[in-house]
Amino acid sequence: MSFQEIKGTLPAGSYYFSGNEAVAEGAIAAGCRYYAGYPITPSSEIMERIAVRFKEVGGVFMQMEDELASICSVIGAVWAGAKAMTATSGPGFSLMQEAIGYAAITETPLVVVDIQRAGPGTGQATRVGSGDYMQAKWGSHGDYQVIALSPWSVQEMYEHSIEAFNLAEQYRVPVFVMGEEAVAHLRERLEVQATVRVFNRVKKHGTPPFGTDSMDGVPPMPAFGEGERLLVTGSTHDEFGIRKTDDPRAHARLVERINNKILANRGKIANTESWYLDGAEVVVVAYGFTARSALFAVELLRKTGKRAGLLRLKTIWPFPEEAIRDVGRSARKVLVPEMNRGQILGEVMKYARCEVSGLNQTNGEIIHPQRIVREVEAVL
Amino acid sequence: MIAKEKSGEQELFVSGHRACHGCGMALSVGHILKATGKDVIVVTPTGCLETFTSPYGYSPWRVPWIHHLFENGPSIASGVAAALKAQGRIHVRVLVIGGDGATFDIGFGALSGMLERGDDVLYICVDNGAYMNTGGQRSGASPMYSSTTTDPAGKISPGKSQMKKDLPAIIAAHGAPYVATASVAYLKDLEKKVKKAMEYHGPRYIQIDTPCPSVWGFSPDRTLEIGRLGVQSGLIPIIEMQGGMLTNVLKIKKKIPVEEYLKSQKRFSHLFRDGQHQKEIEKIQALADINIQKYGLLKDVEDKR
Repeated sequence: MSFQEIKGTLPAGSYYFSGNEAVAEGAIAAGCRYYAGYPITPSSEIMERIAVRFKEVGGVFMQMEDELASICSVIGAVWAGAKAMTATSGPGFSLMQEAIGYAAITETPLVVVDIQRAGPGTGQATRVGSGDYMQAKWGSHGDYQVIALSPWSVQEMYEHSIEAFNLAEQYRVPVFVMGEEAVAHLRERLEVQATVRVFNRVKKHGTPPFGTDSMDGVPPMPAFGEGERLLVTGSTHDEFGIRKTDDPRAHARLVERINNKILANRGKIANTESWYLDGAEVVVVAYGFTARSALFAVELLRKTGKRAGLLRLKTIWPFPEEAIRDVGRSARKVLVPEMNRGQILGEVMKYARCEVSGLNQTNGEIIHPQRIVREVEAVL
Repeated sequence: MIAKEKSGEQELFVSGHRACHGCGMALSVGHILKATGKDVIVVTPTGCLETFTSPYGYSPWRVPWIHHLFENGPSIASGVAAALKAQGRIHVRVLVIGGDGATFDIGFGALSGMLERGDDVLYICVDNGAYMNTGGQRSGASPMYSSTTTDPAGKISPGKSQMKKDLPAIIAAHGAPYVATASVAYLKDLEKKVKKAMEYHGPRYIQIDTPCPSVWGFSPDRTLEIGRLGVQSGLIPIIEMQGGMLTNVLKIKKKIPVEEYLKSQKRFSHLFRDGQHQKEIEKIQALADINIQKYGLLKDVEDKR
């Protein structure tokens, strides 16, 4: 409906970019013109590039005094009509969680890029980890939904940054690009097209900004100063933004809608990619940078006649339940390699009705393909 | 090099850590601890000081030390100080040594809370005017028209367009009994101030100018010289406030034009590249002149009064 094809902000062609540079360019291409951030390794290159590029394309870059201020000023900018984002890493993402809950209940579309490093605490600031996936889902209190994407290449750091804005605008929800240090600092080829498909938030004069009868459950979103009577509050509110903190029905209606607008559209949002799944006895379910090792491992195994396959999760939240159910039916065994202690393993176990095991590593290094090969060979 | 077990008689911050060559911060911390003596617990927020003093074999601390999150050095210190007091261990004092990012920006709210409660903590800010630990992004302490990675000078911008936050004045306004600024280029003055601060109880603050060769862009053997130029130009006023009143200043011996300071560092080099930035240089000179007038930094100005 509101998708349109617009001219890209970089000349079409091949680039040799780092993942962080690709994020900045993807966001700019998607129409992001407000960025607020705070320095943190390994994400700082995103803001450093934005600081320069926004001067060229006419955006507003703000360095804030901390991550609380960063995300809250993004929320302010969104209500003033901008497409806005911030980027951070685990510790900063932790600080942002209260505001993420606020963004969820006020249905504020925004993008947070979380370049994950090895935690908890300050942990290993310059090393890779995938430990923020559960925080992305459950970091704020209460029941709410978010969308979290898991890029595995510099190309996808670019594409997911565009898609993140499109999903945020379409569903009025916080969207996370869950990069990892390894892909953020990786340099490889990036192909940029001449045009970009973008979604701009739906506006409809005179309709309530926080309630809708439409099938997708997403109300149109006005900005400040566009002539609507706009009241925005993080307290429970009705469809007009009127505070209803003592009304059980209003609270249930709001909470159910902000959850269902994502869950009911899970089939459209959740994305996976299949590699060598035909006749695969053992399926590796992987995401992010680990999926690169997993693909390498699966191809090695296939070369020696072993029937291994890969299901790559491009979206983590909402969780691609159906794709997991399918591999659970066709495969004998599922292996989930992760650079954490099994955050997604539990999710896979919920939906795959076969033997599921994890391969976990928390040492700040990527999982080597040979480890995955050995693990698969042990069960084949 | 590995941190030395024994280096002189009373060294509490020994050599062999991993700071860059010519690091003003590393030099100042040694002298801070010389002045406090060994009965202190040091709290260090995330930053250069934390990273270059904590790897195995390279830790120079000979006093108890805690690193924690970026934003809450003052809160940790408040907790340590209150618990020591409750246990009657009043001879042990609490010291925060944090960078300008932790102090001016992310930890500012926590610092204000510590000051307002009147907690017995000496907070020392080792100020190098940007986020050096993450590669030199701007901070609330970055001087006007300096070029940083997130406020870079170029065709459109002359660098940071805002003034450095006047944190000592903000802290004095909280009613802190002792507030001072110092420079690593004047080590005797620095040590004297730390000693004096230790005589007070309640929240105290010292802000130390610590030039950073790596990000400011100068040769590591010029750290003290650059520090002196900052002070002698009036850009870095060295002052002391007791009970909210200005009680002492370090007089400028011979006033130098700010150009001399600016030209010595790469972070200001854009101001001299094309001759287009006379206005910015004049503005910086005006800031120095305001300092000189406000604090009475010149000897003859004082005499005329």
